[in-house]
Amino acid sequence: MRINCPLCGKRDRREFYYMGSDDYMRRPQEQDHQAMHRYLHLRDNPTGLGPELWQHEAGCGAWLVVERNMSTHEIRSVALAETVARAVK
Amino acid sequence: MVDLAAKSPAAGLLPVSHGDLVLQESDIQEIWSIAPFSGAERAVSAALRKSLKMSLPPIGRATRTGSAKLLWAGRDVYFLVGSGLPAKLNAAVTDQSDAWCCVTLEGAHVEAVLARICPLDLRNMETGSVARSLLGHMTAIIVKIDNGYELMVFRAFAKTLVHELQDAMRSVDAQTHLSD
Repeated sequence: MRINCPLCGKRDRREFYYMGSDDYMRRPQEQDHQAMHRYLHLRDNPTGLGPELWQHEAGCGAWLVVERNMSTHEIRSVALAETVARAVK
Repeated sequence: MVDLAAKSPAAGLLPVSHGDLVLQESDIQEIWSIAPFSGAERAVSAALRKSLKMSLPPIGRATRTGSAKLLWAGRDVYFLVGSGLPAKLNAAVTDQSDAWCCVTLEGAHVEAVLARICPLDLRNMETGSVARSLLGHMTAIIVKIDNGYELMVFRAFAKTLVHELQDAMRSVDAQTHLSD
């Protein structure tokens, strides 16, 4: 499996660390206890194509939003988490 | 006062050679990490160009003036190697001088050696290319030079680096002497 880092180019999977679903991009307000409870404990566990966070840990250090098919490991798209976060704002 | 003798990270370990492959430690006195503050990249680059005649390199590249060089060292981070730091940069700056073990690996079969412990596609690298990747389990900065590669890992890994590289060098050299 290879991930096409927007900064470094195509790199081996061993350079990357899986950081979890992209739910981490949508942290709720801390005062909203119900939302925080859902955010921390009530996660879905889907299969198929889905957005995930990866970090190019042994490379440039960038956090990435990777659209990966969790059944086949096919990677649809890779973007800097920074770019995605700015686009949402 | 006790007068302590400074030792380089790979003191007593290098140089080593196997066949035409040579691994030696680089004599580097200063390394500065420069992380420009948000939006200040151009200003920092201009300040460096003014004082050191070097701009910040693009991603995956190094720029060099004499014995000093500027490396791209990761996302929004640059390393100034072999030069003092100009005053007043609009950047987060740390002294990394004693934190890295810097070696050069040179020889005709150097790609074959690195292929054993590094996942990079080295064919994509030309002189002046920089990559952050792995050497064994160590994160490293890898710089292509004319005859081989400059390799940098954290100082504490010096012994591991030499051990792993020497294992690979020995094996590659032995294979070149095998008959078909």
